[in-house]
Amino acid sequence: MMAVGLNHFLVLSALLFVLGLLAVLTKKNAVTVLMGIELILNAANINFIAFSRYADTDLDGQLFALFVIITAAAGAAVALAIVLNIYKQMRSVNLDEADTLAG
Amino acid sequence: MIVDYVIWIVLLPLISFAIQIFFGKRLPRQGDWLPTSVMFIDLLLSLIVAGKVFSAYDPEFRITRSFEWVVLGTTTIKFGILIDNLTAVMLFIVTLVSSLVHLFSIGYMHGDPRYSRYFAYLSLFSFSMLGLISVDNFLGIYMFWELVGVSSYLLIGFWFEKHSASNAAKKAFLVNRVGDVGMFIGILLIFAITHTFNFSEVFGKIAAGELSGALLTTAGILIFCGAVGKSAQFPLHVWLPDAMEGPTPVSALIHAATMVAAGVYLVGRTFVLYSEHALLVIAGIGTITAFIAATIAVVQMDIKKVLAYSTISQLGYMIAALGVGGYNAGLFHLMTHAFFKALLFLGAGSVIHAMHHEQDMRQMGGLRHKLPVTFATFLIATMAISGVPGLAGFFSKDAILAASLEKAMETGMLYHYTIFAILIFTAGLTAFYMFRALFLTFYGTPRNKEKFDHAHESPGTMTIPLVALAVFTVIGGYGKWFEELVRKPNLQMFAESGAVQDATHAATEAAAHGAHTIAMVLSIAFAFGGIAVAMLYYYWNKYSAEAVSKKFAGIYNFLWNKWYFDELYQATAVRGTLLLSKAMGWFDLNVIDGLVNNTARLTTLISFGSGTTDNRIVDGLVNWVARIIGWFGATLREIQTGRVQAYILMALGAFILLYVIQLAMV
Repeated sequence: MMAVGLNHFLVLSALLFVLGLLAVLTKKNAVTVLMGIELILNAANINFIAFSRYADTDLDGQLFALFVIITAAAGAAVALAIVLNIYKQMRSVNLDEADTLAG
Repeated sequence: MIVDYVIWIVLLPLISFAIQIFFGKRLPRQGDWLPTSVMFIDLLLSLIVAGKVFSAYDPEFRITRSFEWVVLGTTTIKFGILIDNLTAVMLFIVTLVSSLVHLFSIGYMHGDPRYSRYFAYLSLFSFSMLGLISVDNFLGIYMFWELVGVSSYLLIGFWFEKHSASNAAKKAFLVNRVGDVGMFIGILLIFAITHTFNFSEVFGKIAAGELSGALLTTAGILIFCGAVGKSAQFPLHVWLPDAMEGPTPVSALIHAATMVAAGVYLVGRTFVLYSEHALLVIAGIGTITAFIAATIAVVQMDIKKVLAYSTISQLGYMIAALGVGGYNAGLFHLMTHAFFKALLFLGAGSVIHAMHHEQDMRQMGGLRHKLPVTFATFLIATMAISGVPGLAGFFSKDAILAASLEKAMETGMLYHYTIFAILIFTAGLTAFYMFRALFLTFYGTPRNKEKFDHAHESPGTMTIPLVALAVFTVIGGYGKWFEELVRKPNLQMFAESGAVQDATHAATEAAAHGAHTIAMVLSIAFAFGGIAVAMLYYYWNKYSAEAVSKKFAGIYNFLWNKWYFDELYQATAVRGTLLLSKAMGWFDLNVIDGLVNNTARLTTLISFGSGTTDNRIVDGLVNWVARIIGWFGATLREIQTGRVQAYILMALGAFILLYVIQLAMV
């Protein structure tokens, strides 16, 4: 039986990151994009905790993960509020239509 | 105290001028009473001043008061009043003649369309003339000098509708300007060296030797130029006869008694300025003038022209007297001449008035019973100017002749003997032409019956001045006061080292007495000789003047045409000026304008080139830069899609690219 090590966590994190990135880049729905961002953030959290566990001895990484969760929650709240406003303005949450800033 | 009186004497006519010129027409009687009464107040004040000055009976009496007028750096120009015996005499002469002329004018100018303005001008003149004789510096005298010039111009051209009058005014002004330029240069020369305008200070510096030699002579002759212009001396005498176009009282006041005497006054006032050489010039000019004018007067037919040339001749006498050192004699003649010449002019004015503005003596004759007062006073004045003993003119003319003979005996120069000879001969001529005028006007048979019948004696305002002047003509020469009070100034008086009395004075006195007797005998002889010749021709008609004029037609025409001076000046000065201005015009049109036009053409060419450069190269560069930036903008805006996801994709791409490069470099 192969022991679970740092590399396994890193691969999981990378997978999660890529999936989140994929969601962010390809999805039209703003809410789905936000969900992709959550995935990316959590991929980063996994890395923090993994490095905290295997490469370091103190709790810096775990604490940082907690801060990321908190800021992610706050960021999601703000982002959702923006999305709601965009919806009010445009009657849609489709990101392709929200291009009024185009040069 | 005296100074205050003098200030009022000068300022009162200025005030009356201001009132008269602005409100004259609205005042009752067009305001003629205002300047007239002001002048009589002036006369009263100047009598008080004269009384106070003469009661001191001091030849060196002088009061000055001045204030700082202009301060230029370290140079302070002062302006002030100087009162001495000469000033007091001049104040009296000017106010007396001026007030009598004012009174006379009330009758003479009656009904003139510009009656009130006439009196305003008279006031302006009186102010200027009184200022001229009271100031204590060269700059002030120059200012008042020009002011009398202006008022003279205004009054000569008073009837400017007449072409001849306006031309005469212009001529007087321009000819005077020629002399004034010289005078001004002289004043500046003096100022440049002495740094002061004040008479006493300038003379003090001359006494100290700061200004001497050729420069002093030059300065003296330049100042004298002013006198040549104003006192109508050869060669600038041509304006005075033409100035007779003005009203006759004006001729009496300005062009006979006062203003033309300003030149003599100037020479007298600045007497110590003139070096021995300058005095030679002055004496020569005066003598030439006296002679030329007298010869011209012999043939004139216009009564005022005769008087005008007589004035020039007498002014020549005064200048000549000053030139030979007869300071007292020249100024004495200035005073007596003022009385009898003003009287002659006013008498002529009375005749002209009676004859309805007829001035030609060929139209007159036999007027003595029609105009008894005018005739009597005119006769007195004629005798005075001719040098009949007992009258004012005799004493002063005699003094001049004595002074010139004295000078001749002192120097022994032929030059001075010639001057004496010419002056004594001119005295005979004077007696001749004045009695000729008298006989032609008042004796014989009336030559113009119609005008003769209408002639009548002038009103009281005109005869009173005649009588008053006649009184002064009779008594003006008596007494020694003038001789004793108006003394020849010498440089020692102005030297700072105190007065050093002239030691030679007593010695010359004895010689003077000898010269005086000879001169008196000769002058009486020539005066009566002149009168006798005049009587032969014009009273008893023993000889015909016409026959003589035919016989000596050449000389007669030469004199009739006034020595061709006007023609000479027409040919030289006037035509020269015209030619010069034509040449200047050509130069202006062709050279200056050509230069300007070519400059303009060149400028257009350069601006065209510069414009092209600007449009093509500078603007091209700017446009080119703008176009490149525009191209970049257009290209780059494609990236700016506004889609967030596209941005992220690009960021990802960039990140991967950087990563690959990083890897490749390791």
